[in-house]
Amino acid sequence: MRVAGIDLPGRLWIGTGGLTSTSLVGEIVEAARPGLVTVSVRRTSDTERGGLLDMLRALGVRILPNTAGCLSAREAVLTAQLAREALETDWVKLEVIGDETSLMPDAVELLDAAETLVRQGFTVLPYTSADPVLARRLVDVGCAAVMPLGSPIGTGRGLDDPRAIEAVRAAVAVPVVLDAGIGTASDAALAMELGCDAVLAATAITRADRPAQMAAALRAAVGAGEMARRAGRIPRLTTARASSPMAGRVGT
Amino acid sequence: MNIKVNGTPRVVEEEATLHSLVPSARGVAVALNGAVVPAAAWHDTRLSENDAVEVVTAHQGG
Repeated sequence: MRVAGIDLPGRLWIGTGGLTSTSLVGEIVEAARPGLVTVSVRRTSDTERGGLLDMLRALGVRILPNTAGCLSAREAVLTAQLAREALETDWVKLEVIGDETSLMPDAVELLDAAETLVRQGFTVLPYTSADPVLARRLVDVGCAAVMPLGSPIGTGRGLDDPRAIEAVRAAVAVPVVLDAGIGTASDAALAMELGCDAVLAATAITRADRPAQMAAALRAAVGAGEMARRAGRIPRLTTARASSPMAGRVGT
Repeated sequence: MNIKVNGTPRVVEEEATLHSLVPSARGVAVALNGAVVPAAAWHDTRLSENDAVEVVTAHQGG
């Protein structure tokens, strides 16, 4: 798949949030073969400094910094600018949340931050509510993709409203990446069947009992969902329709 | 001179620059009083009393 003119090697994107140990990154990346890997940008501490970044660079994956936890456009813009300096990428997964309880995007601040960052030359991938109108507004200001949430961050509920995801897909021509709420493989397959171009999973993998195994399962599910969508599913009917011929039945 | 680094008070020499505070730019970025300072400018950026410096890097995140 292509985002902003760049070919990405996979439709499963993974987040490193929730890792119990940085040492798991290697096997997760190997199992997921991800299109990219997200990280957050936080104050340095003497203990953690550089470890994760060095590991990801050694693995050769594209790194997508996020602005997780930012509550205003101002904070998100500064975080993106710092990420660009620290990680030498102008790509950013833009998150501006409205509060720390729901973790739901703040649409007004998000759009404001997106517009500012696009103007500053960033490739902006906004984490957004599954709202086709907002998605279109984000694309109008120059976002390179949209990342609608399936269900709130960390809930693992999958897609609360599949029709909303379909509506976002129909509303924009840029890549749609299902973000947040993935709990297991079937969630990822459904997102792809609905027309998403990629799926981002973090804690579905990192907090699974066997993270690398879940990464492999999600990779397979993303592939299966994508293949099924291209195959063209049969319509849902309200009444039964026999598949075996009625003619030639025994005893008629 | 008193400054704050990542929210923690710190005492630095009068002539201190951002470079003396953050010797290596590898994988890190610096904001001084809410504005990003590119690594190329760290040598020439003198610190002042009550400056707030943020030094950030990549952490795990979704």
